[in-house]
Amino acid sequence: MKQDIRVPEVSDGVVKGTVIGLSVAVGDRVEFDQTLLEMETDKAVVAVPSPFTGTITAILIDEGDEVAIGQVVMAGEPEEAGAATSTELESPPEPAPVRAEKVSRVPAPTVAPISAKTLPPPRTDSTPPGEVAPASPIVRRFARELGVDIHVVGGTGPGGRISDQDVREFVKRVMAGADTGRSPAASRPLPDFARWGEIERQPLSGVRKITAEAMAYAWATAPRVTQDDKADITGIEAFRKEFNSKATPEGKLTMTAILVRVAAEALLQFPQLNSSLDLANNELILKSYIHVGVAVDTPAGLLVPVLRDVDRKGIVTLAIELNQIAAKTRERRISPADMEGGSFTISNLGGIGGTGFTPIVYAPQVAILGVSRAEMEPVWDGGEFVPRLRMPLSLSYDHRVVDGADGARFLRWMCTALEQPLNLVMEDPA
Amino acid sequence: MSTTLDKAQLVVIGAGPGGYAAAFRAADLGLDVTIVEPEANPGGVCLHRGCIPSKAFLHAAKVIREAEEAPLMGVSFGKPTIDIDAMREWKNGIVTTLTEGLGGKAQKKNVHHVRGLARFVGAKKLSIDLVDGGVAEMEFDQAIIATGSRPAMPPFAKETSERIIDSTGALDPTRIPQSLLIIGGGYIGLELGCVYAALGSAVTVVEMLPQIMTGADRDLVSQVKRRLDKQFEAILTNTRVLALEEQKDGVTTILENNKGEQTTRIFDQVLVSVGRRPNLDGIGLEQAGVEIVDGFVKVDALRRTTAEGIFAIGDVTGQPMLAHKATHEGYVAADVAAGKTAAFEPRAIPAVCFTDPEVAWVGLTETEAKAEGRKVKTAKIPWRSIGRTLTLGRDDGMTKMIIDPETDLVLGVGLAGPGAGELISEAALAIEMAARWQDVAMTIHPHPTLSESVMEAAEMFFQD
Repeated sequence: MKQDIRVPEVSDGVVKGTVIGLSVAVGDRVEFDQTLLEMETDKAVVAVPSPFTGTITAILIDEGDEVAIGQVVMAGEPEEAGAATSTELESPPEPAPVRAEKVSRVPAPTVAPISAKTLPPPRTDSTPPGEVAPASPIVRRFARELGVDIHVVGGTGPGGRISDQDVREFVKRVMAGADTGRSPAASRPLPDFARWGEIERQPLSGVRKITAEAMAYAWATAPRVTQDDKADITGIEAFRKEFNSKATPEGKLTMTAILVRVAAEALLQFPQLNSSLDLANNELILKSYIHVGVAVDTPAGLLVPVLRDVDRKGIVTLAIELNQIAAKTRERRISPADMEGGSFTISNLGGIGGTGFTPIVYAPQVAILGVSRAEMEPVWDGGEFVPRLRMPLSLSYDHRVVDGADGARFLRWMCTALEQPLNLVMEDPA
Repeated sequence: MSTTLDKAQLVVIGAGPGGYAAAFRAADLGLDVTIVEPEANPGGVCLHRGCIPSKAFLHAAKVIREAEEAPLMGVSFGKPTIDIDAMREWKNGIVTTLTEGLGGKAQKKNVHHVRGLARFVGAKKLSIDLVDGGVAEMEFDQAIIATGSRPAMPPFAKETSERIIDSTGALDPTRIPQSLLIIGGGYIGLELGCVYAALGSAVTVVEMLPQIMTGADRDLVSQVKRRLDKQFEAILTNTRVLALEEQKDGVTTILENNKGEQTTRIFDQVLVSVGRRPNLDGIGLEQAGVEIVDGFVKVDALRRTTAEGIFAIGDVTGQPMLAHKATHEGYVAADVAAGKTAAFEPRAIPAVCFTDPEVAWVGLTETEAKAEGRKVKTAKIPWRSIGRTLTLGRDDGMTKMIIDPETDLVLGVGLAGPGAGELISEAALAIEMAARWQDVAMTIHPHPTLSESVMEAAEMFFQD
C-alpha cells in the first residue's frame, strides 16, 4: 500500500528547509530510519529518515528545492510488516523523528555513479588518502629513512597516531629481535588479503606469540637435521597393556612416560644431546641433570611442561607425574616455572597419527624426539614375515652440536633399548 | 642541423608547477639542472593559461557580483562597464609578473633553460626541437618527465576556433559572448561559467552525468547549484552534445537528454571543458623504456618510471591532475634524484573548485565512504549559523567533517561557501597530522571567521 513521506517536524520555529541532497532514487529499497534526504534549515543540516522499510516509488522534489514541514516529498511502498503498517494507514502518517546529521553512516545501496571525467577523482593514486598510516609527514619521512614501513609500526598516540618515538621503539625491538635471531622478514608488510575474499583478524593468544617467537628463534639459530628410525615395541606395548589392566587412572602408564625414561638413559650415554651451545664464549654447556619437556596439546596451543630429574625416577613415578602435569597443563593451571629448564623434549603425536615428522629443536636445547603412530608391520625375521608393532621415531638435533653419526647412534640406541630393555642396563652407568 | 648540448646531470622536461618545483629543489640540493620548456619562463598551464588566469577573472567576477548585491547593504554602484581588453591585459600582467619571477628564480639557482620541445631518442638521450629553430641533442644522467596535460577534445569538436573554444581560449578573451554553451560541468567549466555569467553572457552548462562537479559530495554541490541556477541560463544534466556546427551567427548545437529527446539551439560561443589529457604523445617514451598504464606514466611511490634514472610527476602520472599535487611529486622526484630518501605518500590531497560559492574537500568524502561501506560519523554545519557569513552578505555555505568512530581521527572535510578554498588547508593539516576531531574542536579559532565552522563541525561530535 502506498505511503506518503512528509517532511517531519525539525525543531521549534523551523517551518522550511532546503533540500541539499537526495540519498535515494526511485525504485530503491530502504530500511526503516535510513536517510532519504538531507535538508538544510536555519539551524542545522538534518537528515529525513524513512518511516518504513520498503521501496521508494516517487520523489516529488529535487535538490535545491525549498520544502515546508509537513510537505509530501516522496512516496513509497512499505513492505508487509504486520499490524504496525496497517494502523499507520488509518491515521495520517506520523513522520519519524529527525536526528541532527551526525549519525553513523550506514552504507546506502545507491551511490551516484562516480565517473569523474572533468573533475579530479580524489582517490585514484596508489596511496589513497586516508589509507596512509596515521603519522605526521615528517614522522613518515623519518620511518622511510630508517627503512621502516610505517604501516607496520604500531602507534601509541591518540587514535593510533604514530610518533617518531614509536618508530624508534619499533626499530629497537626489531634490532633486539635480530640480535637473538628473529628473522627481519617477520616485519615484512603483508598484502591486503581482503582483496581476494573475506578475512577475519584474530588477536594472537599469548601462547601463540610465545610459540611463534620460540620457533622463529629456533629456526633461525639451530641448523636442524632429523633422523628417522623405527622401534619394535611389540613387547613393550604388551607389557604396558598388561600393567595398565591393574593400574589406577592416576598411575596409567603411557608410551610417553616410557620414552621419557628410556631417553634419560640414552642422554646419559650421549651427553652432547643434553647440552646447549654458548657460541659467545665458545663453550658447550653440558648439563648434569636431565629434565625432559613433554609437548602437551591444549585448547590454547602447545605447551611444554618439564619433568625433572627423570634419570633418577622409575617409570611408575614418571607415569604418575606425567599424568598430573599433563592434566594441569590442559587446565591451564601450569605455572611458567613448570615449563622452564628442560634439557631435552619429547613430542608424541602418535595419539593423533602420522608416519613421521620433523620436529623443530626447542632451542637452546639441542635435540627433540618426535613420536608418530605405531603400526603393525610385517617384518622379515630371516625365515618368514612376522607381524611386529613398530613405532616411528624422529630425532631432530642442532647440527652445530650433534654430528649425524651421533644422532643416528642415539636414536638407534633408543630403539634397541625399547626392543630389548635389558640393553638399558648392559653398560656401566655413565 | 643538429647541435649537441652539454650533458645534463638532471633534465626536467616541462616547467609547470611540478617541473619548476622539481628543478628548483634539485638545484638547491646541488644537482646541475636543465629545464627543457618551450615557454620563455616557467609556469606551465597553471600560470599561463590555467589556475592563475582563471582566478584573476574569477576575482573580477566576484567584484561584479558583490557590487550587484551591495544595494542590500545600502551601497549602490550602478551597472558596471566592462572593458574586456583591459581585463585581459590586467590578467596578462599578473601572469607576466609571476612567470618572470620564476624565470629570475631559475637564473639565480643556476638552472639552465633550453627553450624547446624534448623527446627521448634513447635511454639517456633527448632530441630537442628548439623554439628558435634547429634541433639539439642532449644526454642526461637523470630525467624528470613533467609535460603536464592539455584540454581533451571530444569527437564532435576536434579543433578550437573563434566560436568553439577550450579553457585556453576562454582565459584569453577578446569579446564577451552573448550566449555561451559550456560542455562539461566539471570544475573548469563551472568556474569559467561563473566568470562569463558575471561578465554578462547567458551561460548554459551541459553535463552527461546526473550531477555537476562529479566527485564532490552532492550536498556540497547543491550549495553551488542553488546559486548557479540563478546566475546561469540553464544547467542541463543527463544531457549529451550530439553535434556542433559553426554558422555565421553562432554555433548550432544538437543536445540529447537521457530520455532521447533532442533539441537544437544556437549559441554565440561554445566552451569545451570535458577534461584534460596527459601530454605523452611524441615524446619518445618507448625509446626511453618508459611504460604507460591506462594512459598515464607508470610510477612508483618514489615517482620512478620503469626506465632507470627517469622520473615522472604531475598530470602525466594520473589523477588528480592538480598543480599542488604535481609540486609535491616534483619535490619527491628531486629528492630521490639527489639521493635523498623521499616518497609521495600524502594522507590527503585537497581539491578546490573556485566557483561561487567555492567547494573544497580533502581526504575521504561521504560519497566514497558510502561506496566503500566504511563506517564513519559525519557532522554538518550550515554557514548561515556562523556569524561571519551573514556579515559577508551571504547565507549559503556548509562545512562537514567525517571521522572514524573507532579512532576519532579526522578522515575528511568538505566545505562549500565563499572562501572555502582558503579554509581547507586547516583540514588538510589535521588529516596529515592524524589529528582527532577533539584536536580541531579544542583549537581556538578566531572569531568572527568562517574558519569557526570547521571547529563547530568538530564540536558536534561532543554531543554524541
